[in-house]
Amino acid sequence: MKFGVITFPGSNCDYDTYAAAKFSLGEDVEFLWHADSDLKGTDVVILPGGFSYGDYLRTGSIARFSPIMKEVIRFARDGGTVWGICNGFQILLEAGLLPGAMLRNKNLKFICKYVHIRVETTNTILSSALTRGDVIKIPIAHSDGNYYVDKKRLDGIIERDEVLFRYCSSEGELTDDANPNGSLHNIAGICNRERNVFGMMPHPERCTEDILGSSDGLKLFASVRQHFSERMTA
Amino acid sequence: MVRAKIRVELKDGVLDPQGVTIKNALVDMGYPEIASVKSGKTFDLEIDLDDRELVETKLDEMCRKLLANPVIEQYSVEVYE
Repeated sequence: MKFGVITFPGSNCDYDTYAAAKFSLGEDVEFLWHADSDLKGTDVVILPGGFSYGDYLRTGSIARFSPIMKEVIRFARDGGTVWGICNGFQILLEAGLLPGAMLRNKNLKFICKYVHIRVETTNTILSSALTRGDVIKIPIAHSDGNYYVDKKRLDGIIERDEVLFRYCSSEGELTDDANPNGSLHNIAGICNRERNVFGMMPHPERCTEDILGSSDGLKLFASVRQHFSERMTA
Repeated sequence: MVRAKIRVELKDGVLDPQGVTIKNALVDMGYPEIASVKSGKTFDLEIDLDDRELVETKLDEMCRKLLANPVIEQYSVEVYE
């Protein structure tokens, strides 16, 4: 299988994401360029973290109009797997591929630290190799990760089992203290209704080997690979 | 040529952590009369068109597409000569 990692002007996790897929996981990866309109036949398109267009106006609001995004939107509508991490999540929200928006962190600070998140559903490509209730140790690094969506949509997201991950304590408790940024419902990651577009604020590409402090992030990449290898042999 | 001022702010009911922090700072500085602060952005535009109605239609479209995020923000547009 082949991953694609988009580089926008200001992306800074593109190489980490590339390395996670290529070296930690051992799969093919291609860089995709924001000004191109070619997804190069990749199976999974990743929008990496960073500060696309300097976070001007709102995070992700300018990158969302990049030429490559037309292809990403088309790819997603055709059922292709799209995975936004941090700034990539923010771009997917601005593009309307995922519901909601990001507000400034509740404490107004840029937060860069390891947190814990709980796996809320295994009914997605991204989490099918995990167990519901698993606690993952993973870093966050953002100023605008305070997930917001109106009550009606939030209820729908919960009801349809579209919450991927929620911030929790190391024991898996969903407390306010364990919520680093003020996100509604402790939400750290969601998917769309069709379950092929994923967004998450934490950085799995930064924790794919024990020497980095955690290798839990690799489980998500491995889960994606498992899906595609099963599909190829099926 | 007409000019326009666009104000974008968080919708009522959406938590505005910046506004709350600024309000608390003002109260701490000795202005206890400050009951609330709402943060926002303004954009000043110059538009090479004379048709006011067309300008207003276009600006509204620009706000919806780019300048404001309708999920969390509301906007107002003021067009003047």
